[in-house]
Amino acid sequence: MKMNRRDFVKAASAATAVGLVGAPHLALGAAKKVVVVGGGTGGATAAKYIKRLDSSIDVTVVEPNETYYTCYFSNEVLGGARTLESIQVTYDGLKAHGINMVFDSAAAIDPEKKVVKTTGGKELPFDRCVVAPGIELLYDKIEGYSSEAAEKLPHAWKAGEQTKILRGQLESMADGGTVVIVAPPNPFRCPPGPYERASQIAMYLKANKPKSKVIILDAKQKFSKQGLFTQAWEKFFPGMIEWRPGPDANVVKVDAGGMVAETSFGDEIKADVLNVIPPQRAGTIAQVSGLADDSGWCPVDQKTFESNLHKGIHVIGDASIAGAMPKSGYAANSQAKVCAAAVVAMLNDAEVGVPSYVNTCYSIAGPEWGISVAAVYKLGADGKIASVPNSGGLTPMDASAEAHKREVEYAHSWYNNIVHDSFM
Amino acid sequence: MTNTHKKLAMVAGAVALGAGSVLWAADEAPKPELISGASARMLAETCAGCHGTDGASVGPASPTIAGMNGEYFMELMQGFRDDSVYSTVMGRIAKGYTDEEIALMASFFAGKQFAPAKQEFDAKLAEKGAKLHDKYCEKCHSEGGKIIEDEEYYILAGQWTPYLQNAVSDFREDRREMPKKMRSKMEDLLEREQEAGLEALFAFYASEQ
Repeated sequence: MKMNRRDFVKAASAATAVGLVGAPHLALGAAKKVVVVGGGTGGATAAKYIKRLDSSIDVTVVEPNETYYTCYFSNEVLGGARTLESIQVTYDGLKAHGINMVFDSAAAIDPEKKVVKTTGGKELPFDRCVVAPGIELLYDKIEGYSSEAAEKLPHAWKAGEQTKILRGQLESMADGGTVVIVAPPNPFRCPPGPYERASQIAMYLKANKPKSKVIILDAKQKFSKQGLFTQAWEKFFPGMIEWRPGPDANVVKVDAGGMVAETSFGDEIKADVLNVIPPQRAGTIAQVSGLADDSGWCPVDQKTFESNLHKGIHVIGDASIAGAMPKSGYAANSQAKVCAAAVVAMLNDAEVGVPSYVNTCYSIAGPEWGISVAAVYKLGADGKIASVPNSGGLTPMDASAEAHKREVEYAHSWYNNIVHDSFM
Repeated sequence: MTNTHKKLAMVAGAVALGAGSVLWAADEAPKPELISGASARMLAETCAGCHGTDGASVGPASPTIAGMNGEYFMELMQGFRDDSVYSTVMGRIAKGYTDEEIALMASFFAGKQFAPAKQEFDAKLAEKGAKLHDKYCEKCHSEGGKIIEDEEYYILAGQWTPYLQNAVSDFREDRREMPKKMRSKMEDLLEREQEAGLEALFAFYASEQ
């Protein structure tokens, strides 16, 4: 049935008002405490939205860095369209909401005593804990790769210093050079990321070093937004980007001295710039606190994001297993709000409401050429997050140039708004 | 609370009574049922990643939807959903929501304070735009395109300029249907003032901060 405007007004007049979710009760005694581990998009959003929903809750965020670089739009820094400073955010916004910031690393979470211990020796008690640690890079899955080798062969999969190194190498590379991107196996942070990166690097090379090449060595046989990326590459950078699919192109070994990547097939590919994005799992604190399962990721109740392994601790964002949702910034932001509402309800002995989730993800695949994927999700009766049938999806393959241009505008607005919504 | 907002709050309440109802995923393979019944706030918060916290966009191309007229919100979302209103991404997103859910979101955003966009404008052009607005637009977009009690309104004053520019180009290039009166006024404006007339109008709306 489709409601028209008149029906809507009529229904509105006939209906009776029902109150919103019960107002947070005024707790006698000590304030309830929430500790959020990790100040990325998920953690920051959870902290902000818990505080917004119930200002009586004492919210503390534990985060090692005083400034944060968003991963989203770091590819545009590599391409030269943005500066590193432009993707930097501080925690002044969260502080202004009355959230405590502890700039320290979480070393352990004790689910029994309900305490987060930091490497700096602090002990932060909690009634509920939200863990948003992002990803851990599995350097040892590729022979010859390590956090030290990453200074020469940057992953740039956590933005900041690594982004700067990779950008510097692209700037120093001579015309005619080869940039090799090693793309990781599923699941990993930001599924379209390696391919948007190839596009952004190609944009820079085409304008500045047009004889150069980009080779993507992939562990996978298909990738996110593949048709749209391939279309954009043929249109804007013909012959410049070469994608080599798995399993043959799966990189098993790298040599930082010789700048060589070796595939499982035995091919050795020489690079002038070698960007190695290794396999991933949930961030280290999730591993040491027993929040991850054998897959390396964290199983949760997808309605509340409470861990299936430790009650009282919630895991959101890239680290969590969240049904059909991808590991993206928008997903982390959306999950954080579902989690925040659940945490506030649980701390107030109220019923947890029905969740709703969204993901919207833009990639800038060429000059004035934005592409996107979007989805609206609900919780399934099987406990898994699933996208609503016949909704969401990709930019159509036959979208006009005007539509692609507008998607770039929306990508920029997306950036401004998601950063503001999460951190300010 | 405006009347409109009161009405929307009521429909939202009526819908909330149906909370916990279950929607069948009618696909070929048997898929698990999806659980519906999210609150207005829960639904509306998913919009913030593009439209800002509580619908107050920090722009520039995605519009502020805080304070948006509820009936217009519904009309537009339904239009996106059935592809009768052109969009890049909104059609794909709107298809994920039922009328009831859209009504809840409409009530949520209608109840939020509209905050004008902080953006630059040419003061002299804005002065000219104010006059053009009175002449060509005021009849339907009364009070300079601000929020009006008890009638359907469309916020122009203080809306992000790139959003308004995109919307106008959709109207002019027939991607979006223009009401008859609007078409004739737009034609008059363009005939007498050309593109500069539109620029002046955009500056006027941007100046309303």
